[in-house]
Amino acid sequence: MGMTLFDKIWDGHVVADLGNGFVLLHIDRLLLHDLSGARALQEALAKGYPPAQPRLAFATPDHAVSTAPGRTEETFAPGAPLVRGMRESTARFGIRMFDLGQDGNGIVHIVGPELALTLPGTTLVCGDSHTCTHGGLGALAFGVGSSELVHALATQTMVQRKPKRFRASFEGAIPAGVTPKDMILHLIGEVGTAAGTGHAVEYAGSAIRSLPIEGRLTICNLSIEMGARTGMVAPDDTTYQYLAGRDYAPKGALWDRALAHWRTLPGDPDAAFDREHVVDMARVAPQITWGTSPEHVIAVDRPIPDPATGPEDKRAAWTAALQYQGLQPGKPIEGTKVDWVFIGSCTNSRLSDLHAAAAIARGRRKAPHVTAWVVPGSERVKREAEAEGLDKVFREAGFEWREPGCSMCIASNGERVPPGQRCVSTSNRNFVGRQGPGARTHLASPAMAAAAAIKGAIADVRKL
Amino acid sequence: MEKFTKVTGVAAPLMRQNVDTDLIIRIERLVDNTGRKGLGAHCFEQLRLRPDGSENPDVVFNQAPYRDAPIILAADNFGCGSSREGAVWALMGMGVKAVIAPSYGDIFYNNCFQNGLLPVVLPLAEVERLAEETRAAPGNARVTVDLETCTVVSPTGRTIAFQVDGRRQHAMLNGLDDIAQTMSRQDEIAAWQAADKATRPWVWL
Repeated sequence: MGMTLFDKIWDGHVVADLGNGFVLLHIDRLLLHDLSGARALQEALAKGYPPAQPRLAFATPDHAVSTAPGRTEETFAPGAPLVRGMRESTARFGIRMFDLGQDGNGIVHIVGPELALTLPGTTLVCGDSHTCTHGGLGALAFGVGSSELVHALATQTMVQRKPKRFRASFEGAIPAGVTPKDMILHLIGEVGTAAGTGHAVEYAGSAIRSLPIEGRLTICNLSIEMGARTGMVAPDDTTYQYLAGRDYAPKGALWDRALAHWRTLPGDPDAAFDREHVVDMARVAPQITWGTSPEHVIAVDRPIPDPATGPEDKRAAWTAALQYQGLQPGKPIEGTKVDWVFIGSCTNSRLSDLHAAAAIARGRRKAPHVTAWVVPGSERVKREAEAEGLDKVFREAGFEWREPGCSMCIASNGERVPPGQRCVSTSNRNFVGRQGPGARTHLASPAMAAAAAIKGAIADVRKL
Repeated sequence: MEKFTKVTGVAAPLMRQNVDTDLIIRIERLVDNTGRKGLGAHCFEQLRLRPDGSENPDVVFNQAPYRDAPIILAADNFGCGSSREGAVWALMGMGVKAVIAPSYGDIFYNNCFQNGLLPVVLPLAEVERLAEETRAAPGNARVTVDLETCTVVSPTGRTIAFQVDGRRQHAMLNGLDDIAQTMSRQDEIAAWQAADKATRPWVWL
């Protein structure tokens, strides 16, 4: 029987079979951010384990830094010791750090692909659940906790159990107004937030093949929101064109060797999956979440679900979610007044996301009662956007243009949606309190978020 | 990690699905660096406390029999979401030794086994029955979770078997960390890396 993309990368990285289904897996790349990475380095040191391969580790502060224009690490004072600690420990071991304001700085999952630290066929870990993002380039990437990260730093390996394989195929042409964010939210709505638990997901099908890399990264980013620690797309010519010439991509003869290897990675035609799900793209519309789990999602033209008619085992959760969100079942979600709009995060802060949002904002003005933020994903995204004048487009529409960072996706940096206020956000989690205590989050695509800012309410981007 | 062999005590029924790690511990508490032990005071704060800071009496952790419960009963997908290991530290800081649920977020599940918090997997019907037996005798019901025998004993004395990976069971019973074990394989790792440098030199920066 043939092998999947996942099997090929996994099997190629097994250093030792530990028995009971566990293996010692080699890790090719470690990415460190200011919350988990800086502390893992300190903890490894305290335990007497210096980093095994410092040249394969890279650091960028993103979680606990302000994104206010002109910020330094001191702007959000509680995060300053983390950034300084990262500077000291990375310098000590020769780990490359992309500091605030430098090219290469930004959200760790934006920076990895952008610099080609992420390569097809590599294994990559980071102390962050959205590490699955990097699978968009055909890497086996997954999030780990602090202890596992210390293990990876100290040994360049992980003790892992092989997950099952799940293929999610998106078939058909992508309808107007539908973006990669809508595709993955629609899938999560169909299969639920626990469907991918214990599985490695491979995204396939004609719609995935037609997507540029940035869209594939968005799709893979939300793998963890359906329970899967890792999600990936087989590399193809789109992947190779994206990587060619980037900072850490191989060059010259080494590129040719790498390319020959990468072309062997896609799964064999007869490879088997433990679970399959097919999404018919004709059924996918622009999505918006209504509740407090990413599976609480509907097409924007649908009414807010009624717990009384929902699945019996979900009724209590739906009722609690509607209460937290301040919504009435059966009413249209379109037209629900919003207070905040956040365009950013490792899900949707790449240049193509900003293009999509700017296309809606251009020549329009946000509703007076809305505060709208645009937080580019990296220093490079910011510079490229400014070179195109996108910052001007957003400012003229009344949006704030900010510095790169995780910002209001995680609210670990003083940037929060106030209690009780409603935010349309391009981020990945609508959990209770995620964007701040009492904050009400509606996940959507960048175009949908921009449309909400203009209308001052949840809006169907297809009608603008 | 802390050794775990057996715990007997009150089980708090938190019978919700998708209890995410943001709900278990807010991210700000991990920025503040209050230390792992200090996180227990903030565990489930968004559930336990009302906006004015007072305790919400409707929440199981604020009810007398369950206030110091060493076991939590929950529905599917407990610990989903963020990779923050602080969620495990906060639960342990609150005195929780074991969770019983039908399924867990993968990263949270791994993090439990790095620290000595036992995540027991039982079918939802079994967890619900444990909750019912507990509620039927509030204050008196006790549940035992035994990792050596891989059994749960219910408040009415029923014995229910559960499964756990043999490697993880051994490590938790003995309080073993993975790093020391992996360090003993440094020669194998070095040999793998030497071969890989020849076949995939572009990976090695």
